[in-house]
This record gives sequence, structure tokens and C-alpha cells, in this order.
Amino acid sequence: MTDAVRRSNALKSRRAAEAERRDIEEDDKRLAAERKKIARDGPKLTGAKLEARLLRTWQRPPGIIGWLATVDHKEIGRRYIITALSFLALAGVLALLMRTQLARPDNNMIGASRYNELFTMHGSTMMFLFAVPVMEGVGVFIIPLMLGTRSTAFPRLNAFSYFMYLFGGLLLWGAFALNIGPDIGWFAYTPLSGPQFSPGKRADIWAQMITFTEVAAISAAIVIVATILKARAPGMTLARMPLFAWTMLVVGIMVMLAMPAVALASSMLISDRLVGTHFYNAYEHGDALLWQHLFWFFGHPEVYIIFLPATGFMSTMVETFSRRPIFAYPIVVLALISTGILAFGLWVHHMFATGLPRVGYSFYTAASMTVAIPTGLQIFCWLATMWDGRPRFQVPMLYVVAFIVTFVIGGLSGVIIASVPLDLQLHDTYFIVAHFHYVLIGGAVFPLLGVLTFWYPKMTGRMMDEALGKISFWMVFLGFQLAFFPMHFSGLLGMPRRVYTYPAGLGLELPNLLSSIGAFVVGAAVLLFVINGIKSLYIGALAPDDPWGGSTLEWATSSPPPPYNFAHVPVVESKTPMWDQQGEMPVITGLRVDEKETLLTTVVAAAPDLREPVPEPSLWPFIAAIAIGVVFITSIFSPWSLTIGLVPCAIALTAWFWPKEIKRNPEPVIT
Amino acid sequence: MRRRVRPGIALVTLVLGGCSIQNYQSIYGNAAAEAQQFNALFIIFLVICAIMYVLVIGFLIAGIVRRSRAEPANVVEDGRHHETNPLLRPGLIGWGALIGTGLVALAIASFFADRSMANAAAHEKLAIDITANQWWWDVTYNSADVSKSLRTANELHLPVGVPVRIRLHSNDVIHSFWVPSLAGKQDLIPGRDNDITIMPTKVGIYRGQCAEFCGTQHAKMALVVNVDSYGDFIKWWRHQLQDAPTPTTPLAMSGYQYVTTHQCSLCHNIAGTPASATVGPDLTHLASRRSIAAGALPMSKGNLYGWVEDPQSIKPGAKMPTIGLEPKELHAVVAYLETLK
Repeated sequence: MTDAVRRSNALKSRRAAEAERRDIEEDDKRLAAERKKIARDGPKLTGAKLEARLLRTWQRPPGIIGWLATVDHKEIGRRYIITALSFLALAGVLALLMRTQLARPDNNMIGASRYNELFTMHGSTMMFLFAVPVMEGVGVFIIPLMLGTRSTAFPRLNAFSYFMYLFGGLLLWGAFALNIGPDIGWFAYTPLSGPQFSPGKRADIWAQMITFTEVAAISAAIVIVATILKARAPGMTLARMPLFAWTMLVVGIMVMLAMPAVALASSMLISDRLVGTHFYNAYEHGDALLWQHLFWFFGHPEVYIIFLPATGFMSTMVETFSRRPIFAYPIVVLALISTGILAFGLWVHHMFATGLPRVGYSFYTAASMTVAIPTGLQIFCWLATMWDGRPRFQVPMLYVVAFIVTFVIGGLSGVIIASVPLDLQLHDTYFIVAHFHYVLIGGAVFPLLGVLTFWYPKMTGRMMDEALGKISFWMVFLGFQLAFFPMHFSGLLGMPRRVYTYPAGLGLELPNLLSSIGAFVVGAAVLLFVINGIKSLYIGALAPDDPWGGSTLEWATSSPPPPYNFAHVPVVESKTPMWDQQGEMPVITGLRVDEKETLLTTVVAAAPDLREPVPEPSLWPFIAAIAIGVVFITSIFSPWSLTIGLVPCAIALTAWFWPKEIKRNPEPVIT
Repeated sequence: MRRRVRPGIALVTLVLGGCSIQNYQSIYGNAAAEAQQFNALFIIFLVICAIMYVLVIGFLIAGIVRRSRAEPANVVEDGRHHETNPLLRPGLIGWGALIGTGLVALAIASFFADRSMANAAAHEKLAIDITANQWWWDVTYNSADVSKSLRTANELHLPVGVPVRIRLHSNDVIHSFWVPSLAGKQDLIPGRDNDITIMPTKVGIYRGQCAEFCGTQHAKMALVVNVDSYGDFIKWWRHQLQDAPTPTTPLAMSGYQYVTTHQCSLCHNIAGTPASATVGPDLTHLASRRSIAAGALPMSKGNLYGWVEDPQSIKPGAKMPTIGLEPKELHAVVAYLETLK
């Protein structure tokens, strides 16, 4: 290469650079002009004018298409909650049927196989279709409001998650209605659930229902975790985050870590059943116990996935009704995190009778007992908050008291069965049934009923009836004790779980009769709660923005909130902004109003980071859910569905993720 | 030890539940060393847990009562919500320390109870094999002299005061061996060998039941355990080793004919007869047992009639089919079965 050529090349590249620089400058000028044209909220655009424009941008399209396509977290959250409560009602009816059968010894009302279906459906529905989804539903509804943001992260994934959950529930209950419902217990132990001992399709339906709910739960967890980490209002550092957001953050991470274990386990079960693998077949070098390890590695964290959100409800309600911030906030957060970690080291305590090495068991005894420390400290913090404040006993607060009285019994009986010698007697008896209903109803359903009353005005714009609420509270509380306290004694008197009948003369008649009566009282109470909910929807008193004098941001917007949640994004300066920033709430402005846009902040300090466009409503998540659902259901019948059925899934997902037209210049960063 | 524990248990039961104590199938049965250890440990746990519960509820009541105090509280309305009563911090630390101490105490108690139960397993004098099937128990007594080994079903005889090692197997799904009056449970898992050691201390009759969901008739998979004096136990063993007696009445004789030449002999064994299958429970000394169909019914002539005639209505799903015997055949079969003392 000669010098001349080299020089001319250098000249050319200098000219090119010059031209490029000019281009960018022009672009910047053009953009600056455009930015002036783009409508953003701010001092010049505020009040009713802003709200009207935001409403036009954020409102979902009308009609059934709009209903299916919506990505509004409030609508999805409400759907989640209503669907989950419907499943609660269905599973509750099954419980009443079982209690009727067990009301007297040697009863012949319900036969053995039907009864086995009933308790399988009851357990599976309560765990997979009620407890986890309802907690995620409440989270999806309230978290963005609590965090002061306009939308969840990944709103289409959120919509997809709901449809997957719905289809899983319909699969299970459709199968039950067609008399092919599962009868292998909610835990589906192999080899009983394997191809040899459960011919037919009942076990496959159970396993695929699990797959649906796993996909739904993991999707919702991703949405919740991403929202909490990136979409908090400016100034809401991790150390100022509402405790409910902390619980949902911990729970979301737990879901992502625990659910894959059961996904693996149920996929292996399905392949054992469908294509003749031998993962769980002890006679072909498989292992029957492998299932239990995998299942409980998910199953124990599952309990905390249900319980921890309820502790978030507790913290929220205790704080609001005691009229002071939660005592020792850092301790409560650390307790949550340590419970979340410990939850993964306990699974073997479900397997004390399986004959694993005995010294190894001691480790799991110690680990199981250790959970009592963070939980005990949390309880102290709530009680201390009440003691230091001036509690008001409106309906939600009654449920807080019911939680303490009930859950602590379940927690202490949990300490008892953490001990290997004691568990060997109590394991799989009605003592355990009593224990986990004390933990799950006392520890999760009571706070849930409280918090539904608490957030009902935010969800519907009306208040629930206080008098009816109190009646149903006392019925559910007393009925629960009557139903479940005697079960401790049924267990001690030698009644195993999952039996469709028991012989007379073992002393089991009285405790079982009391349990059955109590169960019906609980049933009536829940019915009354539902009646109250429906009645108040139409004739309840109109709710103000902040009916309870709450401390967190969801009370800063109207009841129910507009589709865009907040006209301006609030700026947070304390853990309890509604109490400390009374008067004018500082806000941050500059978000577009002509397109859906939300503000992202940094993970720890919650400093403004990015303006993020929010996806438009879309039918594709719904279509993708149908396509994937078809694969899941048809794969019960033929392995070919996996190859053929994945084509529509690929099409649906490609359409869903089809990128919008890329703008040459990304939105500028706010510094 | 035993004398101290039993009134305590009785008191707890009566005070809390008002339930009558039944030793037949109850954790309060206390009829073996293992069950006694359980009950002693259970009392320790109950007392400590009760103390903790009282403390929690006391704090809750204190909080509820305190709300009506006159002086300004640390609440939003009084503008003092960021103040905290100075007593609460040390309270939290104390509460954490108390929980920690209580748990350490309980964990240690639990560990030593567990160790001592495990050590007892080293001293066994008698080995029994139990194989679980859907939904009955196959029992084999082993002896160094193979001719003295013994197979029976759904009933266990144990000598009092002798540590017995029971080896647990399963032919199909997972079951769990549980006789609450004697000891805790242990699973029977296909492809694995588990065992449990029991030392009965009280002569009596106890009932046990499968404690792991094992399919349709999980509820009716029970067994009867007779804890005998050593002499009675040896007598029982000797008797069980004998072949089934030859029937003497014509009716029983025709029953014998039916049982050994028709469907029954495809599944059942009756020692000393051509019926020698091992699919179903051994019937050699059926009439000496206290129950039929794995504890589904007490042994009686009427129940035998009911069971042989239509097992599926008594224990729906059981593997024994309803054969549809003619009345004549039914009379004969039951008459024969009754001779199997």
C-alpha cells in the first residue's frame, strides 16, 4: 500500500466521522424538538386534564377481546383472587363431604375410592389452586400500588400466568367431573402413582395439573420479583420497602427455586407412566424414595410460600391498626429471609419414617426447630407493635388476633413433630392434620380473610359490611377451633390420615363428631364472608381513598385505582410515606402520557433509572396459554403431542415477542 | 419412670380433651419401652410449648388491655409513632434467647431419646419379617432351625420383655407399620429393607394400622398384636407350626374339598393341604386369629359368612374377588374355615 493511498483513506475516514457527527447533531436537534411535542406529565400537565389523557392511554380496549387481552395488573390480580376463592369454595365443599363421612364410625356414605378422590382433590386444590395462586394474586394486585408504580414488570407474562393457572384448574376439576379425577393423594407417592398401581389417566391428570400451576406460579413470581426490584417509587430504598413487598420478594425467589424440583419430579413421573422409563421403579434400578426427596424439596418450601405472604399481610394490618410502624423492621426482614433459606433445608422431616440414616435425621430435627426462632421473633415484633401502639379492633385486626391465637398452636405442634422420636408416632396421623391446618388456616387463611377485608375497598371502591364481617369472623374462628382442636386427640388415639372410615370402639367417635360439626360452622362462616363480599359490591358504603388510615402508597390513589394507578409517580422519603408525608406528596414527573410508560429505578437505592415503555394489551399471551395447554393435556395421551404440539406454541410465542418497530434513538436516561 | 409418666398423660388427656383413654390403638397405650420413651419425651415438649404459648398469649392480652391507657401512645395520631418504648428492645433479645434456649433443650432431649431407641435395636432376641401387600400383612417368624420358621398373616404375637426386631418389606407400594401402643411407625418400601425394634412391656392385645396411604383400602389394612407371656408365646408358636387339622364333620369335609380344589387354593396356603399358594394371606390357623380381612372384621362365624360370600361389599377394592358361592358351598367353606384353629 502506498503512502498516497494511505493518506487518502485517512482523509476519507475523517470525512466519514465528520458526517456522522453532523448526523447525530441533527438527530439530537430533531429529537429535542420532538420531545417538546411529546406530552409528559409535569407542572404544565396535571390535574383533570392529565388524568383524562392518561386514562385514554391506559384504558384497555372494550369488549371480550379487551378482557382477554388486558395486561392491567389490577384486573389480573382480581381474576386470580376470585378464581382462587372459587377453588377454595369447591375444595371446602369436598372437605364438608369428607367430614360428613367421618362424622361416625363405619360410615358407608362415601365409598373408599370416592373418598380417596375427595382428599386428593381437596389437598391438590387447596395447595396448588387456592393457596399459592391467591397469595400471588394479592401480590400482583397490590404490589405495584404499594410500590407507587403504574404497572408490573412483564405485564403480558402476568396475563399468561393467569390463563395457565386457570387452565390447570379447569383440567383438574373437569377431570373430576368426568370421574377421572386423581385418587393418589396430593403428594402422589410413587410407586402408588406409577404405571403399575395407578393404571388409567387419573395420575397423569394430577401430574399435568402440577405442570400448569408450576408454569403459572413461576411466571407470576418472575413478574413480582422484577416489579419489586425495578419498579419501586423513587426513594423507596430496600430499607424503606413495605414489609409485604419484602415477603413477596422472598416468596418469589423461593417459587423460582422450589418449583423446578417438582417440575422435574412430575416430568419423571409422567415419563415413567407414558414412555416406560423407570425413574421410580425399585425393581428396575429406580428408587421409590427419589420421588419423596424431590417432592418435599419443593413441598416444604411450598408451605412457606403460602405462609410468608400471610406474614406480610400481618405486618401490614398490625402496622395500620396499631397506628405505628412495625417494631424492629430489620429483624422482621431478616426473619423473612432466614425463614426462606431454612425452608430449603427441612424436607427430610416429612420422611422420618422412611428409614434413612438415623443420625442424619438429627440434622433435620435441628433445622426444623430453628425455624421457630425467626417466626417467634416476628410474632414478638407484631405483639410489640400492638403493645406499643393503640390497636383498633376493626375486622382485619380481629383476624390478626385469631392468627396469633391459632398459628402459635400450630407452630408449637410443629416443634413437637420436628423431633424424630415424637414424629415417628405422630407422623401421618390426625395430629398432623390438626398441625398443618392450624398452620395453614390459622397462619395463612385467617390473615388472608383479614387482608381481603382490608384491601376490599381498594379493589372494589366499596367497604365490606363490618357487622356481617364480625359475625363471620367469630364463626370461622370458633368453628375452626371446634373442627381442628379435637383432631390432635384423634391422632393421639391412633387415627391415621387418609382413611375413609374408622372402626367403633377406639375412642374416635367423639373427636370426629366434634370435628365434623366444627367443619360445617366454618363452611357457613365462609359462605357468610362470600355473601358479605357480593352484597358489599353492590350496596356497600362507598370507600374513601384511605379508609383505614394506612401507611403505604396504595392508599395514596383513589379506590379503586385508575388504570394508570398514579397520576404522578410519588417520591418516597420514609417507610410509612402516608404517615410521614402528609399534605403534599412529592412526585416525580416527565413520563409520557401519549404512550404507556413507567419509571424504573435502581435495585437498592431506588434512584430513577429508566423510562420503560409498557407493552400494549395483546391476545398472544392467551393464545400461547391455549397452545401450551393443549400440549400439556394431549401429552397425557401420546408422546407425539410434544413434537406436533410445540409448533403452535412456537408460533404463538414468536408472535407474542415480535419486536415493535425499533426507534433509532432510545429514550434518554434521566440523571 | 413408667409410674410417673402415666398419670401425667392421663391428666393431660382428661384436662384437654375429656376423651376416654383407649389402649387398644392409642399412643397412650404405653405397652412397650419405645412407647414409654415417646410419652416421657412428649410430656417434656408439651410443658415447654405450653409455657411459650402462655407467654405469647399473655403479651397479646397485655397489648389489648394497654390500648385504653390515658397517656399519649407512640402512634400516628399523637405524632410519636417513630418513638419506641425502651423496654421492647431488651424484650426482643430476651425472647429470642428464651426461644433459642428452649429449642436447644428440646433438641437435646429429642436427640438422646432417639439415641437410646436406636441403641435398643442392638439387643434384639427375635427376628420377624413383615411384608406388606395391598391390603394385608404377611408375617414370617424366623428360626435358626428352618423347620421351626412360621408364616402367618395379619396377626402378630410378641413375647413380653423380649426385644424383637421386625424387618419390613413391601411387595407393591409404600406402607407404614404402626402399632401406636407399642412404638412409632416405620415405612415398608419396595426395594428397601427397613426394620424396627420393639420391646413390649405389658401383656395385652393391641391394634395396629397401615399409616401410609397405599391405595383404595388403606383404611382397612390393620393388624392385631398379641403381647403374651413368654410361655404363652412359645405355646402359640408350637401350635402354629402344626399343620391344619383334618376336618371331621361331613360339612367341613366338603368345605375342605371346595377350598383345596377351587379358586381359594390359587391364592391361599393351608399347611398340610394341597392349597399352597402365597399370593394371599396364609389360612392355616385362620380361626385362631382375632380378626379377618386384615382387621376389617372381628373373627366370628357370621363375619366369615359375610366375608367369604362377598368380600367386595365389606372391603371394596380388596384383591379377593366375590366368587358367588352357592349357599351349600358357602356353608361348607365356612364350616371348614372354622376348623382352622
